[in-house]
Order: sequence, then C-alpha cells, then structure tokens
Amino acid sequence: MFVAILYIVLVIVLVWSIVHGRKVIRTERTDAVFGNPIRTQGGYHWVACGVSSLMLVWFTFSWDAGRAFFPNAANELCQVAKLNRALNPVRSAFPLDNRHLLGTRILKRDLHQIELLSEQLGEMGLAETDREKISALISDLRQTLVLQASTEYMAPGIMGRFQDVAARIKQLARDIQSEDFPGPADETRLAEALAQPGWGESSTEIPVLPKTERGRIFDAAAEIMTGITADYSEIRNDGPDLTGRIEDIRQSIEELEAIAVQQEHKDILSDIEKISKRIDDFRVFPTQVTQGIEASLILLEQAMQDRQGSLRFIDAWALPGGNILAGNNACSEQGSGRWLPKPSDTLATFIWMADPGQGYKGFPLFWYKMKPVSEMVDFIVPDWIADLIPGEYGHHDEQGDIDYGFKDSIYNFATGDFDSFSVPVPTGHIWDSILRVLAGLFLGILLGVPLGLFMGLSRFAKGYFDPLVELYRPVPPLAWAPLILTIFGIQDDGKIFLLFMVAFAIMVISARTGATGTQLSKIHAAHSLGASNRQIIQQVILPNSLPEILTGIRISIGVCWGTLVAAEMLAGTTGIGFVENVARKQSDYEIIWMTIIVMGVLGLLFDLIMRFVIDRTIPWRGKG
Amino acid sequence: MSDLVTDNLNMVFDLPDGSSVHALKDVTFTLRKGEILSVLGPSGCGKTTLLNIVAGFLHPTGGSIKLGGSVIEKPGVDRGMVFQQGALFEWLTVADNVNFGLRMKNADKADTKQKVEEWLDIVGLQGFGETPTYQLSGGMQQRVALARCLINDPDLILMDEPLGALDALTREKMQSLVLKIWKETGKTIMIITHSVEEALLLGERLFVMAPRPGRLHKQYRLPFAEMGLHGDPREIKNEEDFVQTREEILAMIWNMEEEIMGKVEAA
Repeated sequence: MFVAILYIVLVIVLVWSIVHGRKVIRTERTDAVFGNPIRTQGGYHWVACGVSSLMLVWFTFSWDAGRAFFPNAANELCQVAKLNRALNPVRSAFPLDNRHLLGTRILKRDLHQIELLSEQLGEMGLAETDREKISALISDLRQTLVLQASTEYMAPGIMGRFQDVAARIKQLARDIQSEDFPGPADETRLAEALAQPGWGESSTEIPVLPKTERGRIFDAAAEIMTGITADYSEIRNDGPDLTGRIEDIRQSIEELEAIAVQQEHKDILSDIEKISKRIDDFRVFPTQVTQGIEASLILLEQAMQDRQGSLRFIDAWALPGGNILAGNNACSEQGSGRWLPKPSDTLATFIWMADPGQGYKGFPLFWYKMKPVSEMVDFIVPDWIADLIPGEYGHHDEQGDIDYGFKDSIYNFATGDFDSFSVPVPTGHIWDSILRVLAGLFLGILLGVPLGLFMGLSRFAKGYFDPLVELYRPVPPLAWAPLILTIFGIQDDGKIFLLFMVAFAIMVISARTGATGTQLSKIHAAHSLGASNRQIIQQVILPNSLPEILTGIRISIGVCWGTLVAAEMLAGTTGIGFVENVARKQSDYEIIWMTIIVMGVLGLLFDLIMRFVIDRTIPWRGKG
Repeated sequence: MSDLVTDNLNMVFDLPDGSSVHALKDVTFTLRKGEILSVLGPSGCGKTTLLNIVAGFLHPTGGSIKLGGSVIEKPGVDRGMVFQQGALFEWLTVADNVNFGLRMKNADKADTKQKVEEWLDIVGLQGFGETPTYQLSGGMQQRVALARCLINDPDLILMDEPLGALDALTREKMQSLVLKIWKETGKTIMIITHSVEEALLLGERLFVMAPRPGRLHKQYRLPFAEMGLHGDPREIKNEEDFVQTREEILAMIWNMEEEIMGKVEAA
C-alpha cells in the first residue's frame, strides 16, 4: 500500500520536475549563453527528477511496484507456469518453440552419427570379412532408424493413442475458455491457499496454491495436463517389426564382439551398440500421426492467452526482465526481480536488523551499551603512573592487615579497580566501521600533517622522506592488506594501521603542497613583522595550507572508507564490510543491497560534513 | 643615528648551470633618517635585490650594509615591509592583520587594541577592524598593509612597488597617504617603483638604477615630495621642473632598455 502510494508520488514528481524544468529552460535561453557556468546553478527540480527516476527504475525492475499494485499477479503467473511446466514435454516435441519436430531432430542426429561410423569403418585396417559384417550391421541400423518414419512399420494402435491425446488437449483448451471450468472451489483447499504466506513474506518466495479464480483455472488445467503428458510420454513407435530388427542387431553385435580382437574393432562395435540403444527409444513417428496434437496445442496456446487476459500485460509491464518459474513446492522469481531486491524488502531487512536484539551475527548494527567509566580509565591511564608517586606500595603487617596508601589508590585508579557509574557507549557493526575510519584518519592527520609541513619547508626532510612516502603510496591499499593484517592481526589494530597508511600518505602530500604553496611575500612580511620560525609555521604556513589540508582530509575519508570495507571483507568479525561479505556467502541480496546503501549514505554524510567544515573554516579560499 | 649606510654592496647569484649573474655592483649610498627615497629602473636592474638585502632576506656577497650603525644580518622589526599585493594574511580579520607584529611580541592586549584603532584611523579604515581581509578592495588591502607595517614602529619602511596593482585614482590617494605618513611619523622610507611619476612625486631622493650589472646610474635630490606635503599633487605634476625631470629620466630608462635589447639581439 505504502509502496503503491510512493510509486504514484514518484511518478507525479518525475512529471512535475520535467514540466517545471522545461519551463525554466526557457528563461535560461534569455539569461545566459551556452558555456556560462551560471547555467549549472540551482536546478533542484532536476535533482528531484534524477532521484525519482532512479527510484522508479528500482521499484519497477525489482518488481516491487508490481507486487504493490498486483499482489496476486505472481500467484496467478505461478499457476500459468505450472501449466506450462506440465505442457512442456509435449510442446517441445513440436515445432512451436523449436524449428523442427522432435522426430526430425532425432533422425538428423542419428543419421549423421551412422554416417560418421561408416566413414570411420572405411579408414580402419580390418580384415575384409569383418569389415563386410560391420558394414551390413551399420546399414541395418540405418534402415531401422529410417523405418520408424514410415506408416507401414508403425506400431499398432499408435494412431488411436495420438488421436486421443490430441482430443484431450483440445478439450482442455475448450475447458479453459468455458465459464464453468474448473467447477466450484473446494472450501478446505481454498482456505489452505489463502492461509499461505504472501509473495516474498517467507523464504518460499511465491505461494504455490492458487488464491484466485483465474489461478484456479490454470492450476486445474495443469493437473489435467500432467495426466495427458504422462500418457503422451508413454507412446513409443515400438512395433514388432522394428523391435525385432533391433533384437537382430543386438545379437549380431554380441556375436561379432565375441570374435573381435583389435581394439578399434571392439570400439566401433560399442559405438554401434550405443546408437542402437538410442534408436531403442522409438521416439520417431510418421509426421501424419502427430499433426493432430500440434493443431490442438496451438488451440490450447490460444486459449491460455485468452484466459490470462490482463495478466500477460501485468507480466510484461510490472514484472519486467524475467518471468516466474514453477517448482515443486514454490514458484520463484527469475530475472531482475531475483537479484535486485525490492526497496521495501531492503528497508524491512534494515529495520529488522536495526533492532539491537536482532542485529547481525549476534552484534547490533548501531546501538549503545553501558560501559563503566573505570574500564575506560583503565584503558586510557597507563599503570606506571602509580610508580611515579613517591613512597611505597602498601604491605601487610603482623596481623595480616594491609595498609593501603595514596600510591595504592592511584594504582587502583589507573587499573580501573574502583566502583564507577556506567555511561552509554556506541557499539555495533556500523559504529565499528566508523570508529576505524576515524581512528585511522586521526592518526594519519596527527602524523601526516607535521611531516608534510616539514617536507614542504626543509630540503633534508623532502629528500629523506620522499622515497618512503612516494614508494608506498602508489601501491593500492588492498595490496598491503594481507601483509598488514598478518602482522597486526585481523582485529581493529590491523585495519586501523592500514587506514592510517592510506590517510598518512594523502595528508603528507596535501600538507606539503600547502606548505610549498605559501606566497613568499607572506613569509617575508611575517619575518619583518618579527615572527619567529615557530610563529611563522603556526601563524602563516599552517593557516595558509589549511585549504589543501582540508581537501586532503576529504579525500582521505573517501579512500579510507573504501579501503576499510574491503579490508573488513578480507577478515574480521564486525563491521559493515563483514556484514556484506557474510551476506554474499549466503546470497542474501537484501542484506547486500542494504549494506551498499548504508555505505553510500555514510560516505555521503562524511563528505557533506567535510564540505560544511571547509565552507566554514576557509571562506577565503580562492579569494586571497 | 639610524641612517642606512651601504658600502660597495655586491650581489652575485650563482646559477645551477655554472654561470653567474651580477645583480648588484658596487652600490654605495647613505640614506639619512627621515629621508624618503624612491628607486627606479628597468626590470632586471636589481631594485628588488637591493630591497631584499636591506630587508635582510638576502645576504650580500660583498660590501657592507648597516642600519643605525649595526650590520643587517636578518629580517627584523626595525625594517617594516609593504608588498605589491599587500601580502595580507587572508585568514585573519583586518584588526588581526594589523596587530600581527604586536601579537608576535605578546604585547599587552588593551594597548594593542588601542594602537590598532589609532592606525586604522590614520590609514582611513575606521570601523573595518572585524572585516575579513579577502572582502577588501585592492586599495583598502594596501592601507591594511601600511598599518600592519607601521604599528611596529620601524626605523625604516621598505615598499616593493606598493601601488603597482592599483587603479589610477586609488593610486593618487595612496600617494598622498604615503606622503602624509612620511610627514607625520618622520620615518625613513624606501620605495621601489616602476612609475617615473610616482618616483618623482614621492622621492625626496631618487636613484635611477641600470641593469647588467645592477648599479646606481644616477642620483637626484628633488623638491616635489616636500611640495606634495602642502600642495596638490596634480598641480605639481604639471610644473615645468617636474615635466623636465620626468622626460629626462624616461629617456634615460628608454636608452637602457634599447641597450639591453641591442645586447640580446647581438647575442
């Protein structure tokens, strides 16, 4: 319901934005010439246009719109698919989907192979008598094959059986079109069908029992057709003449095999035997006897199309790029509906996983947990701080009492051994990923910016550190990953170090560019205003490099984010990349898409924050 | 006794390809306290090199240079500088630019604030203290640069084509401002310029330099700066004396340029 409303809204937005955009283009003609950058300003209606068309494509090709507007379509198409499935063995024998009759195809194939055999025989160095015997055998084989197509040797009763099948299919076609078919619904069966989980509500995808009147027609027809197909499949052109001939051929092969010595002699006999076993199927019939079935199949086809009516249109428009296949226990979506998860399902998956009790692999996506302050103190404050306090640690006296001093209290504080209140701390897959990026980025800035400035100011530093940075920087971060993760472990340390490497190189280069780009006259001015070297770095070079440094941070965040996700896929037990990797192994398309979208949104968010920070902190950029 | 005394200044730059350029040759002059000097010359005559040596950004390869009796070895607050583009710190406000020198010395804050107000008043920028400098026009930026330099109370003010990037009208106003400041503060000022008129108008003394090697070609002592303090600069520019000297110097520079072109073509 929600999806349907949203879809209609999206269509309205799309149409509005195009109409509005056309109107605005008219003013554009008067106020700017082509190439004027002003023409790119504004234009939020085109953002609406882009977003809505993107969403419409997603809704349509994932079949989400189809499901919203026609919730029963899949169930009905499932019944049609059932009938097609039952029909298929018969249908495939006739030139409806194929170009030739099944019998024609068999004849063509087998005759070709027999031809090859006789050619092979000519090239073999067999004794003359052996060759003649085998040659006679091959010619018998060919004759037996060809005789199947003749009405003269046809098995008795075949004509009648084919006519029966044709008549039943024709009757089925008439039934499908009639109003009474398939009679009143069985109450219990209908109740059972209606009790099935809906489309996409369970792992069985599409419910298999017919829920609607139209569905029931095809379901019943499929049942009848299954019977007809079974009878049809039993028909064989195994008249006594032909079976007798095959018997003879078998016998001759056995006799010849008994006396065969050479390997190629034995080989050709076994090839002949293989073909004889295939002919043994007797699936070639005289064309006249099967014509009736072909005609009634066309009638049935017509009847199915008529009866489907609007369903065929829904299939083409609302479920594009694929169809629905019937299986034994459930029907499944084949095509874009399968690998492109529906937006509503993706959102539902996200909401389901966002529940902290649910999470993914026992770890929430983004939540908080209460953590005692003492633990954090233990982590942050080094234990040796207590050693710096003058005095001795407490020791026990003769009564066994221990006199704790101030030094002990400090030690207990540093090791987190005290009662404390708890504070909420963020936790979860998404948070872990963000934290890793921020930690790597922070370390990269902390060390990269000073080094970059140093390299921009000193010939020594530039020469000394340049090879190091320039050699490791061009290596794709992921190429480092296996090594770094081996050294530092697959937990946070390794990933943070990897991200640090990425951010460090970018920060060094941008800080260096910023420092070398400082106008000489500004440095001169600062010198003659009495600034010391340290003040020049702090007050002139650093602020002057700020645009480059902030741009570097913006680039670093993007690259770190990309590297992190890949690194999490390689190893680890938490993080958004880990979630996607596990989902990939389970072919869980909804979760894969959900993680992709989460990553996209977070990446966008990081970038927006950086853009905001850049606008705020360096408004003079490009105006100096 | 804060005169600027140079004795046989020589500056030779060694180029990476092994050759060398004689940028200054035997430059000897004395600039007395309170004098205003303009230096004129075709491009490549070493004006800026001379200024950089006085400022302490370059060390001469020969000769000596002293300000107030002590040798100039490095940049210092006794020599304030004003650059062509202002060279303002665009991340700071006008006030923060002006008080930069005092902040570097950790001067008293209230005192600093008062001084900034005074100097903004003098250069005609009252009320612009909190304006970001990147929003100012070119003329206003130069006023800030002047104030920033003067607030440090330097003995000598060095100006490297300070008015070169300004439009004609602003330029005239700024010339008057420079003269006003010269009069009111009694500072020694050294101005490097491309404009002959400006050099004549502002320079109590005027050096014309010649290129290859850069040297002092001719020295003048002129009355126009003194006149400019009282009279209208535009009238001064029309005086016979002014016009005559202007034509003389222009011809001189013209000949130098011709000579350089000749040398280049001959080579």
